[in-house]
Amino acid sequence: MPKKYAIHTKPAPNRFKAITPSGIIAWEEGCLKCAVCVKKRCVYRVYEQRGLDSRQMVDSIDNQCMNCLRCVQGCPKELIHKSSNPEFKSLGDTHWTPDIIAKLWAQAETGKIPVSGAGYPGPFSGDGFDAMWTDMSEIVRPTRDGIHGREYISTAVDLGKTPRHLVFNEKGELQSRIPKFLDIPIPVLMRVPSFGAVSEETIRGWAMAAKRLGTFLCLPVHQGKKHLDRYRSHLMPILPEGLLKSGRGLRGLRAVELPWTETWDEALNSVRKAMPSALISVHLPLDKAVKQRALALARAGVSMIHLEGSYSGRAMDDDSTAMKDVLRSVHRALIEEGIRDEMTLVASGGLALAEHVAKAILCGADAVVIDFPILIALECRMCRRCVKGLSCPVEIEKAEAPWVASRVYNLFGAFHNQLLEVMGAMGIRDARRLRGEVGRAMFFEELDKPVFGTLGEVKEGYELE
Amino acid sequence: MNLNSHKIPDVVNTPSRFRNPIGKYRLSRSKECIACGRCVEICPYGVHDIKRGRVLTRNAYRCVGPDCVTPCIKECPVKALSLRRNPTFDTLGDYRWTPDLLASSWHMAETGNVPPGGLEYRVGASGGGFDKLRLLLPLPGKALPVEESEVDVGVDLNRRNDRAHRIRIEVPFYGGGMSYGSVSIMTMLSRIKAASALGTFCCTGEGGYPDELKPYDDHVITQVATGLFGVREETIKRVKIVEFKYAQGAKPGLGGHLLGDKVTPGVARMREAVVGFPLFSPFPFHSVYSVEDHKKHVDWIKAINPQALVSVKVSTPTDVDMVAVGSYYAGAHIIHLDGSYGGTGAAPDIAKKNIAMPIEYALPKVHRFLIQEGVRDKITVIASGGIRTPHDVAKIIALGADGVCTGTADLVALECIRCHNCESGRGCARGIATTDAELMNLIDVEWGTQRIINLFLAWRRELVRILKRLGMKSLRELVGRTDCLVHLDYMKKQE
Repeated sequence: MPKKYAIHTKPAPNRFKAITPSGIIAWEEGCLKCAVCVKKRCVYRVYEQRGLDSRQMVDSIDNQCMNCLRCVQGCPKELIHKSSNPEFKSLGDTHWTPDIIAKLWAQAETGKIPVSGAGYPGPFSGDGFDAMWTDMSEIVRPTRDGIHGREYISTAVDLGKTPRHLVFNEKGELQSRIPKFLDIPIPVLMRVPSFGAVSEETIRGWAMAAKRLGTFLCLPVHQGKKHLDRYRSHLMPILPEGLLKSGRGLRGLRAVELPWTETWDEALNSVRKAMPSALISVHLPLDKAVKQRALALARAGVSMIHLEGSYSGRAMDDDSTAMKDVLRSVHRALIEEGIRDEMTLVASGGLALAEHVAKAILCGADAVVIDFPILIALECRMCRRCVKGLSCPVEIEKAEAPWVASRVYNLFGAFHNQLLEVMGAMGIRDARRLRGEVGRAMFFEELDKPVFGTLGEVKEGYELE
Repeated sequence: MNLNSHKIPDVVNTPSRFRNPIGKYRLSRSKECIACGRCVEICPYGVHDIKRGRVLTRNAYRCVGPDCVTPCIKECPVKALSLRRNPTFDTLGDYRWTPDLLASSWHMAETGNVPPGGLEYRVGASGGGFDKLRLLLPLPGKALPVEESEVDVGVDLNRRNDRAHRIRIEVPFYGGGMSYGSVSIMTMLSRIKAASALGTFCCTGEGGYPDELKPYDDHVITQVATGLFGVREETIKRVKIVEFKYAQGAKPGLGGHLLGDKVTPGVARMREAVVGFPLFSPFPFHSVYSVEDHKKHVDWIKAINPQALVSVKVSTPTDVDMVAVGSYYAGAHIIHLDGSYGGTGAAPDIAKKNIAMPIEYALPKVHRFLIQEGVRDKITVIASGGIRTPHDVAKIIALGADGVCTGTADLVALECIRCHNCESGRGCARGIATTDAELMNLIDVEWGTQRIINLFLAWRRELVRILKRLGMKSLRELVGRTDCLVHLDYMKKQE
């Protein structure tokens, strides 16, 4: 077997105190000065280690409190309370929820997968990928020594074109030309997000991480400056619209991305000519026309199509259409056309958690591109102050590249381990085989109505309880 | 053994073990108070107290807020009282266990009754499944009159009529597996003693069978799980029910993991392991790769203890119906489906949320398939994974279960607040899921036992009340009666 892919994470501490869901309110007035104060008996020694961060004017207590409420319930004068933190509730928006943001922060800091006790606390189901469950297998296991054992689960996927068949001559020599394809050890690429207090140093950090991880960073071509030369093999510049005049300045790049326009074929030809050995991905907005356009591109032999959904993981032109449904229909159309295996489909837009990676692949993508998670990994609060030209509360632009790289590296480490968890449970040992495997997924639409759809009649003389 | 003569235990009022119980409301009394005692007089819930001419708001947690019919804040002649929501209350809980459900379970564990008002004790806020299902009850007086003493909520567990024990549980639930190591011996004893008093069972989980449980052997289910921790011929022989754990809802398809910190000398001895080293319970049983292999396992138990009932605990994959039928043909008495949203121990969040389906989908699927196969009346179907209230019990039974397993509810009775930190550092700071010598002494076994008894007596009363309203004398009549349910998303408007 090829060498096992491992991401060796190590903690990369926050530069700022994270915003917590709730805070402690402790009054001094009326305090009895008990000899054994409940604060001294704190199991987590929160009060003992308490300090004031003078730069941020934040009391460290809220970041250490584990919400056991023993002090709240023990103080004889009831002077200690907990209160929800409005600042936490107002983080992000309806898609990038406070909970998602906090989970991404923690993963980037520790490199560990989120683990907690006491069952699942969230809603029953929801929109988009939340209306989906992954399957498990009661007795079949893909590896014999556990998901972290020597006999490992592979998360590697190929980007590019695989030929339908190989042709050999009479002597048994290979006649077919092997098309260009690249393999990445984890089915996640990254892209510079559409906003953020990003500096050249930030981008350098992301490029470092992409190289260390063996994946790609997509970025507008003008951001790929000289300081990124060391990482060129792991950059995927997004070319401007129109014809490419020459390949100068694009040497050493293994992949480029081309935005879709009505005259995509001319543009594509110009890029093919200028960069004959590069993998070319065409960037297509995920909207009503996506299926026809994707089919046309695939028929024309485009080796990689990047479907970009909206900021919140929906169709670009219709907020009521979830990415998962579009992905499924594009994937199916390509299968019916008989060309699905000859090209690569990647998806982006609103993908926030490791579960979204697995679910997008189950719906038909080969790999995904994440954008805001690599910014949130740097403590971004999605406050959009930068969009208004105001200062970044966590000074992302000042972060040094090695720190940026280790935060993103940690995030990928956590994502990788979570992929192993769900793939292991599904009994799937290779990410390439996860693609479009809807038999290992369960959908709300297919489960809820058959079970509950008939439970709608309220007979006369009856009431609900 | 005549279990029908089982005496229902008494409720003993068992307040919180903390000085300040958490309530939904806070009442403040200003200096204007003239100690007239009017509030003490009119409050039906004992919130206020008068002592030596001073009036104090002692039990604000019992206040039902705006639901009160004789509000002290209005009756106070000098308007010295003010009412507001307790901010701490709103930091508690989550979509599934809302602060209201937590506080109402604490009320039941204290008093043995459902809360008198102010709290939603029937459904949570998850927006689907149980929380969108409602019981459809005939208007009062419409159903056949049933005497309370006639209503039977017990369940026969052996429906194969083989030579194994004829076991009947007096309430339609038993305690799900929580291992020695994941919870303290105090918690374990409280659960088992309560189960014994209630005439039901409690499972040891996968961590061995501590000697302290020996007096309650007849109410213990011992678990055989993939790590085989603490499984011995002697422990199999000791019990009436043996449970095979193939998978668990919180982390289906993944093994168990006890962190090194929790492997104290006691735990290590019980599990025959090394102190301080983490213990992995692998997935799956490497000796079982087919239903035939599974039958070999069941036969092995039957050879060691021929009269034992065999329960098979599985998670809820797409093909859960086939798994259930396979278990029946392998000789199991009980098929226990553990849905994906339950669980008490630590598990990856990605697994808890995404892997396998909720019990509300899996159970009807299994029930229907067992009927089609003609074996539904030969096997007992137990549901677990997110059963929080007596209403959840009634709903899942109407969807086709014979009974349920509880886990989190037991812990909530012991004042778990679901801070989700069971696994960190010294374990549960409230002394429930910990093996830390100091922390585990926060729970007194007598107190814990009575709290769990009280909670489940309140559940029992609610179930009896619901059955009476339905005109049913036995819980068995409710099994699979989906016509007693309405799902709000599919509800048709009344003509």
